[in-house]
Amino acid sequence: MDFNLSREHLLVRKMMAEFTENEVKPIAAETDRTCQYPRENIEKLFNLGVMGMCVPREYGGAGADPLASAIAIEELSKQCASTGDIVATHNGLCCDPILTHGTEEQKAKYLPMLTTGHKVGAFALTEPNAGSDASKGQTEARLEGDHYVMNGSKVFITNGYVADVFVVFAMTDKTKGTKGISAFIVESSFPGFSVGKHEDKMGLHGSPTAEIVFQDCIVPKENLLGREGKGFSIAMQTLDGGRIGIAAQALGIAEGALAEAINYTKGRAQFGKPISKFQNTQFVLADMEMGCEAGRLLTYQAAMMKQQGQRYTKAAAMAKLFCSEHAMQTTTKALQMFGGYGYTKDYPMERMMRDAKITEIYEGTSEVQRIVISANMGL
Amino acid sequence: MKIMVTVKQVPDTSGKVAVNPDGTLNRASMQTIINPDDMNAVEAALAMKDELGCKVVAFTMGPPPAEGMLRELMAMGVDEGVLVTAREFGGSDTYATSQILAAAIDTYGVEADDIILAGRQAIDGDTAQVGPQIAEKLHLPQVSYAGEIKKDGNTLTIKRMLEDGYMTIKVSAPCVITCVKELNTPRYMNIRGILDAYQKPMTVMTYETLKDHALIDKNMIGLEGSPTNILTSFTPPQKGVGVMLDGDGKETTDKLAGILAGKHII
Amino acid sequence: MAFNSADTAAFKNVWVFCEQRQGVMMPTTFELISEGRKLADELGVELCGILLGDNVDGIAKELGGYGADKVYVYNSPLLKEFTTDAYTKVIVEAVEELKPEVLVFGASNIGRDLAPRCAARLHTGLCADCTHLDIDMPNYKDFLKEVSTLPEERIEKLGTVLINREPHSVERDLKMTRPAFGGHLMASIICPRFRPAMATVRPGVMKKREYDVTKAEAVEILHPAFELSAADIKTEVVEVVKVAKKMVDLIGADFIVSVGRGISKDVEKGIALAEELAEVLGGVVGSSRACVDAGWITADHQVGQTGKTVHPKVYIALGISGAIQHKAGMQDSECIIAVNKNETAPIFEGADYGIVGDLFKVVPELIESIKAVKAAK
Repeated sequence: MDFNLSREHLLVRKMMAEFTENEVKPIAAETDRTCQYPRENIEKLFNLGVMGMCVPREYGGAGADPLASAIAIEELSKQCASTGDIVATHNGLCCDPILTHGTEEQKAKYLPMLTTGHKVGAFALTEPNAGSDASKGQTEARLEGDHYVMNGSKVFITNGYVADVFVVFAMTDKTKGTKGISAFIVESSFPGFSVGKHEDKMGLHGSPTAEIVFQDCIVPKENLLGREGKGFSIAMQTLDGGRIGIAAQALGIAEGALAEAINYTKGRAQFGKPISKFQNTQFVLADMEMGCEAGRLLTYQAAMMKQQGQRYTKAAAMAKLFCSEHAMQTTTKALQMFGGYGYTKDYPMERMMRDAKITEIYEGTSEVQRIVISANMGL
Repeated sequence: MKIMVTVKQVPDTSGKVAVNPDGTLNRASMQTIINPDDMNAVEAALAMKDELGCKVVAFTMGPPPAEGMLRELMAMGVDEGVLVTAREFGGSDTYATSQILAAAIDTYGVEADDIILAGRQAIDGDTAQVGPQIAEKLHLPQVSYAGEIKKDGNTLTIKRMLEDGYMTIKVSAPCVITCVKELNTPRYMNIRGILDAYQKPMTVMTYETLKDHALIDKNMIGLEGSPTNILTSFTPPQKGVGVMLDGDGKETTDKLAGILAGKHII
Repeated sequence: MAFNSADTAAFKNVWVFCEQRQGVMMPTTFELISEGRKLADELGVELCGILLGDNVDGIAKELGGYGADKVYVYNSPLLKEFTTDAYTKVIVEAVEELKPEVLVFGASNIGRDLAPRCAARLHTGLCADCTHLDIDMPNYKDFLKEVSTLPEERIEKLGTVLINREPHSVERDLKMTRPAFGGHLMASIICPRFRPAMATVRPGVMKKREYDVTKAEAVEILHPAFELSAADIKTEVVEVVKVAKKMVDLIGADFIVSVGRGISKDVEKGIALAEELAEVLGGVVGSSRACVDAGWITADHQVGQTGKTVHPKVYIALGISGAIQHKAGMQDSECIIAVNKNETAPIFEGADYGIVGDLFKVVPELIESIKAVKAAK
């Protein structure tokens, strides 16, 4: 049993901390205010091999493990949860399913695009009437000769209006419920693909979320990912991995908020002493610290289990659930410590709090996580 | 052709610094970082590597944990590391340090088209002496304060920064160039580089490795051999707290202006 | 007999390298000559300038006015522009011939290139970027008592040190004091076993003496023979470019208004306010390193450890947190005024007057207040 990170993981943390401090932190508030996709930073993250880092070298990636990716997302999210989200989606929800379920041809075509080709990836499962219950999806793909014709729309798609490559789930046989779902690799350039409404969200303003629409969209037959009818299983497997990314993102938000709170309470004096010297403050900070440590252990454990090929569904759900709830609590309590200043946009606390909320919702709500955990308890 | 870069691990003097009760620095309390100017030298080397495909070798003198710094440089793209480490080398001043590093570089081998890059100065001592002194010990020309380097065949054209402008200097390899922060923006480590870093060659040069080199005279290295000695060191006292004026309104600034006028300062 | 830097008894006199650029003496040279005079008097020896250039006799005499007894002038077209190789060769051969016991350079970009190369060839020690030089022990002890936190009995005991287990008296050694670790620590360095003891001295720190016309007339100008050929020089100076923009004269300014990270909310306005305040006071604008690194202001404005050391009558720090590196460059100002939003900013420790407030609010008010006071006079 060794709880120490490897020297390579430590270097990933250091590299990402430096990048975050110098490149992400200075524009985080502006990114939030203007709802701008941080394009330049994402380009830089491609250059540094962070985007698609777990893709093997023969397909243009760095061949890193899921823990390294989690650490990268965690560090980015300490200052900008939007940037963390973009990376988490690209790595966990697009590169990962293509690598895991793609044919040799699909891997050889798409993985280099998603790494050295600087093309951004996305994942499209959720529909207006099919959120937690994917079996009610309306998007349909009909095989016609050498291609599928896809019709329908997907909502709340992270990277929706910047991505070039989408992993899309559509019904190939509506009579079979979840067994009728298939997965496809869809390029934004395919005829009949379009981007719909950009979501106007409470937080995560730098993360480009949109509706995507398929209108008689032509998807070549060879872009079917896995076999027909295996889509639901691919989606669930992918979300298991994706939850490690969201756990890391939420953990980063909590750690970022804690660091801000420590810094502020040490500098802010009231009643003649820094407020960090009041036991009331110290107890709250202690709980925050403890939660971050616990969240780190859960998240890293899930990443290690994935790397080692163990079944990690429950571990990932627990990490995601714990970290997201901890992020929400930490940002709320940290904002309280900032008092009135925390409620203003002069300080990052209100942004962190808005950003934290989504981690309790997407890639499976907290309720869904509890379903997943309890379903794996032999009840 | 290859590029050799000298680097140093230094305490981060920009952070909080703790002082021991005896007035000496509490080094254990300080974070160590790669000396900032040395990062500019490394970046210059890696930029040349990107363009010319040459090998980049980083040299450092320090205790064994300095290997970690060399691995970080490898994660940026440096190909090889040379760690010069020995108890006999400890306590060296700039003169002694440059003798040892020059011996290490010479032992590694300087070829006719090689370039040696160093940072202008290290933030712990701020001396700017080791680069020029390595050049002297290796009998190579030097150009310090490089703010721009252009390479055309074996000729380097360097913008050498002055306080009131710059000089343009031409020099041929092999030579020593010291780099300033205006030269470039150092790159980050990258994920591939990190995963490869611990597989790259690392040479450790000890006193045994270098002791027969002409520059390694035991009387001129280490604490005892260094020509300079520290007579005393101390921490400057903190000035006391002055007058904090109440408020931030016009009446406050009027009061301040009045005080200054009263003291005939304005 | 071969030159031997360890034969310390054979060395005498204090030398100052007199840096000129394009035939104009660098102002630091006069500071060094003034300081060198003090050292030479304490040692009871002569103070000599060493001046290299092309046809520079005309600027040699002035050195006498600041205290030089002699100036060794080396003229050659090959010395017109500074090259490390030519200057090192001439200086090293002059030192080997004439054996000064102390040799100081200005810590300019040229001095800090040249001095280490000379020291390495002469086989002697060099202390960089000194801010205080002493010979005389009582003076040195007084200095320590004033600026250090060392206990007095420890200062009084200074005099003999063990150098490689041998007792050595530092009475006649040059005590070279300089900041290290970004100003967190000061150290006095000696070069006990070799000569000359060499130092580069930070520009703007040493005080220039009153110019003495009679001493200028009396200075002895010498032209020792020397050898130098184009083959000795391995670098080629293609051009020397003076940057056209007006350099900010921070060192000579009586009033400095410096800006820090606090202007980030509106950088242009922050700098404009600082300029206006500086203009009202008749001063110049300085800055912290943060603003220079962020690209808000050019590096010639920078005050601090890696920038300029200043001692104006009034130093106004606007939105500067007061990192020790910054303080290292301005703490000797006669009056320090700090304006900062954060009441716990370290800049307030060491400030004579502090105002807690937003500089964008306070500075316009302060400008009005100073204008009013000036108008009333």
